[in-house]
Amino acid sequence: MSLSSSDVLRIAQLARLEVTPAEVAAVQQDLNGILALVAQLQAVDTAGVAPMAHAQDVMLRLRADEVTEADQHRLFQAIAPQVEADLYLVPKVIE
Amino acid sequence: MSWEIVIGLETHAQLSTRSKIFSGAATAFGAAPNTQACGVDIALPGTLPVLNRGAVERAIRFALAVGGELNRTSVFARKNYFYPDLPKGYQISQYEAPIVAGGALTILAGGAEKVVRLTRAHLEEDAGKSLHEDFHGASGIDLNRAGTPLLEIVSEPDMRSAEEAVAYARTLHALVRWIEICDGNMQEGSFRCDANVSVRRPGAPLGTRCEIKNLNSFRFLERAIEHEARRQIEILEAGGRIDQETRLYDPERDETRSLRSKEEAHDYRYFPDPDLLPLAVSEQWIAEIRSRMPELPAARRARFESRYKLSPQVAAQVTASRDKADFFERSLMKIDTETYPEAPRDLANVTVGELTSQMNERGLEFSQSPVSPEQIGRVQALVLDGTISGKIAKDVRKAMWEGEGDPDAIVARRGLRQISDAGALEAIVAEVLAANPRSVEEFRAGKEKALNALVGQVMKATKGKANPQQVNDLLKGKLSG
Repeated sequence: MSLSSSDVLRIAQLARLEVTPAEVAAVQQDLNGILALVAQLQAVDTAGVAPMAHAQDVMLRLRADEVTEADQHRLFQAIAPQVEADLYLVPKVIE
Repeated sequence: MSWEIVIGLETHAQLSTRSKIFSGAATAFGAAPNTQACGVDIALPGTLPVLNRGAVERAIRFALAVGGELNRTSVFARKNYFYPDLPKGYQISQYEAPIVAGGALTILAGGAEKVVRLTRAHLEEDAGKSLHEDFHGASGIDLNRAGTPLLEIVSEPDMRSAEEAVAYARTLHALVRWIEICDGNMQEGSFRCDANVSVRRPGAPLGTRCEIKNLNSFRFLERAIEHEARRQIEILEAGGRIDQETRLYDPERDETRSLRSKEEAHDYRYFPDPDLLPLAVSEQWIAEIRSRMPELPAARRARFESRYKLSPQVAAQVTASRDKADFFERSLMKIDTETYPEAPRDLANVTVGELTSQMNERGLEFSQSPVSPEQIGRVQALVLDGTISGKIAKDVRKAMWEGEGDPDAIVARRGLRQISDAGALEAIVAEVLAANPRSVEEFRAGKEKALNALVGQVMKATKGKANPQQVNDLLKGKLSG
């Protein structure tokens, strides 16, 4: 499998990355290089092997349903670019 | 030729945990902005999610309640999209291996039972809230809701009318409250529905569907589906084609409008979240939760029908909530149902009628009722043993709502005891007959209705304290004599 230049632009758009026309060819080559590596992995016969969701063969640990975190919003908001009325302000987005 | 509407629902039930699904921040509604969003919820670098046992337990309760298959191993995945109220850039959800697969819900619609199959139910986190009021051209972000646990419950496209969709949503709403996994508060967004709607000629393959979002009341759900089906039928009858898209319901205009088409649809690029290991659910844990499950609404409804001889409609109304069903059964404990086999039906009618409207007026749940089920039962017992009439019972209950205390005390204080002295009643009957010669004449001339007027006069004269049947018999005896 190899990616076309339009695939590259679509992936860039999904990742909100700006890829200029001059960069497309280089990014395309890099991504296709990664896919070639994956293709090597895919060559291994995995018939009859259950898919793994995680590399470690252990299960998730759970925590008790208890409130353990105190309000620290002043501290968090001290490093936010813009805050008003305890809200984080971001450039206007309306879908 | 007619059209058939096909509906499937996706419901987000907010799980009633104290803390968030992946962090120890509180989930209480209505807190000041960002005071319940910790480092994990605001996605500070280096923080990691740790799954809340209470959220998993609630998903297990749901699986047991709908007869779904519990996946002994399920996996959390990242659903990737960019929006400022989702600070990580992905929502942790479940994709390929959800915790619950299948199951079914039996609904009552149009007087008939129908089984709606469930596709799946999975755990996920909620996003924060964006406030688009003008903050100098910016949007405000409140992350209190970010990380709140949700169970997304997906039905098969088994519903065929807006009425059935509403019946399904109501049944599901009652169930999640019954098994105490969600408070069901729709105004606060604890229970939200999206509807997938398509139309087709009966027997034809499924049509192209549109997803309608933003349905936060049963009334909006019904209206949005009806509107959307009409819109699609109009397009198809004009020779057009339905485009798969997401539409938003606007309750003010009562219409749906396009939000995004399939071409613009998100490409979420799900993949297993490397921060979370697979979730294992042990047989022992399931057995332990099963042993604590309450009797479920469907089983209770069936029991009420067979044991108390309630009609299916009344049984469904009494079991609309666990609170109400408990109240009804507790009120019955004051009554010897062997001697009075009709008493459960009478009390069920009082429960679904008078008591339900009292609760609605006061905005209370049955568990919060200022009048106890034992008091309601006692009033009925007083009717059954002839102490008071059925009409007076209503007045006694009214006095209890107004805080006048126990039924026996109210009856004694207000002198509401039924007149059992036949002599006293006969004297009143004689007075009424003497004062209403016209009604007497009419009755003797064959007008049966005239008797009712006379009974009414006697009841009025006794302030409702006479036994209507006794009055009837006395009047008939006098008039025929």
